[in-house]
Amino acid sequence: MSMVFVRGLDVCVEQKVIIHNLSLEIRAGEIHAIMGPNGSGKSTLAQVIAGNPGFEVTHGEILFEGKSIVTFSPEERARKGVFLAFQYPVEIPGVSLSSFLRTAYQRTHAEVGSVAEFQKEITSAMQPLGIAEEFSDRNVNEGFSGGEKKKAEILQLKMLDPKFAVIDEIDSGLDIDALQAVAQSINEWMSPEKSVLIITHYNRILKYLTPTHVHIMKQGRIMESGGKELAEQVEAMGYRESQ
Amino acid sequence: MSFIQIQPDYQYGFKDTEAHIFKTPKGLSRAIVEMISRYKNEPQWMLEYRLHAYDVFCKKKMPHWGADLSGINFDEMYYYLKPTERSTQEWSDLPKDIKKTFDRLGIPQMEQDFLAGVGAQYDSEVVYHNMRKELVDLGVVFSDVETAMREHPDLVKQYFGTVIPSGDNKFAALNSAVWSGGSFVYVPPGVQVNTPLQAYFRINAQNMGQFERTLIIADEGSFVHYVEGCTAPIYQSASLHSAVVEIIVLRGARVRYTTVQNWSKNVYNLVTKRAVAYEDATMEWVDGNFGSRVTMKYPSVYLMGKGARADILSLAMAGEGQHQDAGGKVVHVAPLTTSHIVSKSISHHGGRTSYRGLLKIHPEAYGVKSNVQCDALILDEASRSDTYPVMEIDNDDVSIGHEATVSKIGTEQLFYLQSRGLSPQEASLMMVNGFIEPIVKELPLEYAVEMNRLIELEMEGSVG
Repeated sequence: MSMVFVRGLDVCVEQKVIIHNLSLEIRAGEIHAIMGPNGSGKSTLAQVIAGNPGFEVTHGEILFEGKSIVTFSPEERARKGVFLAFQYPVEIPGVSLSSFLRTAYQRTHAEVGSVAEFQKEITSAMQPLGIAEEFSDRNVNEGFSGGEKKKAEILQLKMLDPKFAVIDEIDSGLDIDALQAVAQSINEWMSPEKSVLIITHYNRILKYLTPTHVHIMKQGRIMESGGKELAEQVEAMGYRESQ
Repeated sequence: MSFIQIQPDYQYGFKDTEAHIFKTPKGLSRAIVEMISRYKNEPQWMLEYRLHAYDVFCKKKMPHWGADLSGINFDEMYYYLKPTERSTQEWSDLPKDIKKTFDRLGIPQMEQDFLAGVGAQYDSEVVYHNMRKELVDLGVVFSDVETAMREHPDLVKQYFGTVIPSGDNKFAALNSAVWSGGSFVYVPPGVQVNTPLQAYFRINAQNMGQFERTLIIADEGSFVHYVEGCTAPIYQSASLHSAVVEIIVLRGARVRYTTVQNWSKNVYNLVTKRAVAYEDATMEWVDGNFGSRVTMKYPSVYLMGKGARADILSLAMAGEGQHQDAGGKVVHVAPLTTSHIVSKSISHHGGRTSYRGLLKIHPEAYGVKSNVQCDALILDEASRSDTYPVMEIDNDDVSIGHEATVSKIGTEQLFYLQSRGLSPQEASLMMVNGFIEPIVKELPLEYAVEMNRLIELEMEGSVG
């Protein structure tokens, strides 16, 4: 069934059109990748799906499991199972990653286990990402390296276990080992009941995270859609030639 | 003076019917000061001390450099009210209303659970006082100042008014003239009091002034943690709380003084707190201000001996109609002394916070290290925060750090937390709790929980 259905979406920021008449359907079990040059509007799409109030949807619909979520607050979307891994994660001074994860889990799930049990789960989720145990005692994103921030986003994905994840430019700032670890964690989390939208400039991550669908976005529109071969085509010829 | 807002979120705003066995007439005069002294059956030197202070009070002008104090009317206030015949060591001896009040504040339970001693002041007098027997046996003294004056006259006479003379400021003079109650603590050399002593201050009567006096002497190599809490009923008219707290930390001793101030929002809280720390001694102020209409309070430390250390953690939160003018002062008199000031303030819903600090280094104080950090968090456009740091450095061989930040909860931070399922209110609360975490983690667990709860109540009350 269709998990996410974006239909005829127009998005404006300060009266400037960023996304125009964009449609996209993602079913359970699918991994979609949106590729595009800088400024194509792909990160805006990620923000709009998660409900950033800084963007105005002037036309069109976003359906999640058949229901329109355009008027939903970001937290309502999160509680329904929508997750965004941020391109630029935000620092939360004084709040440890583990207590942040626990609060977020409580808000998005009916029940949470004891502090000790939850900490155990965090530890086992961190291990494949190559994060040391004491990492979860640090304040959220404060003083994290670029790579640590990205890993912390994927740690949140694993712990909060949404139905649908938008993953925005996760590959920037990651070395090859980290990239593989991150992709592996996403693959482990993925299942036939879930779906993913990967936003990326490069083809790099798609070598480890095989998309079922690839879309090329330019100037706020999807110009072309296809299978994973489309990503290879972009890699070989760049965006200009690919259309 | 109908300035106060309804305060539905303030759960300590209940009041008892006023019952007293003695109350001075309204207003302040030489005769009232004499009346208080006579009623307390004091030695002559204290009467003279009071009368001199009264003259100083009359001569000194109101401070105009800080918060707006125009709501205080000295003539409309009551300066002394004795609620019970005598102080007791048994909660069950207290009049029913008063006992119920302290039960509702949770004091007897806290005493049972984790405190080494408790003093409870109700309007002008300490009505309950008790300390664990093992501390009594070690020679620790914890009583009100009146009792100390009878039982340890030499100690009181030696130290009373030496750290904060009555001429220090108008409100110190007022306190010195009409003081009543408070705490006297003496810790003998080498004795470590490892669980806190707590004093609880409650104003019950309307138009009341509470002027307690606290004198703590930590003898060489000793340690004590003293905690004070305060609440009052909500009245339409102003109440005044003007305390003087003097602390003497002798060689190698350490004193920590923690305040959780939660007065109702009709109270003017104008308090002078100062410590002197001698060689290798450490003084720590942990000062949390949540309630009151106006607070002006700058805990100070004079570092008098080599190697002495001052730590000041100040936390202030101001909502609608509140002005928290807080901070800290350190004077480095001796060489090789260290100080560390961290001040955090949160203003919301039109509240105003100010940081006022002084760092002074005398010419003979070489090798001084000092670090001052003040951070303000402003939650909305209607709120305000100001910083008034003063530095007077008269020695070149010093290492000084000063950092000040002002921040707001950014829309990006809010969105990030919302995208993880938190409502905007929950997100703000998380940011605020994160902001004050460096101070809260210094508190015993029970007080940390209390502080977090106060902040949550404060923010809930103002969001709705």
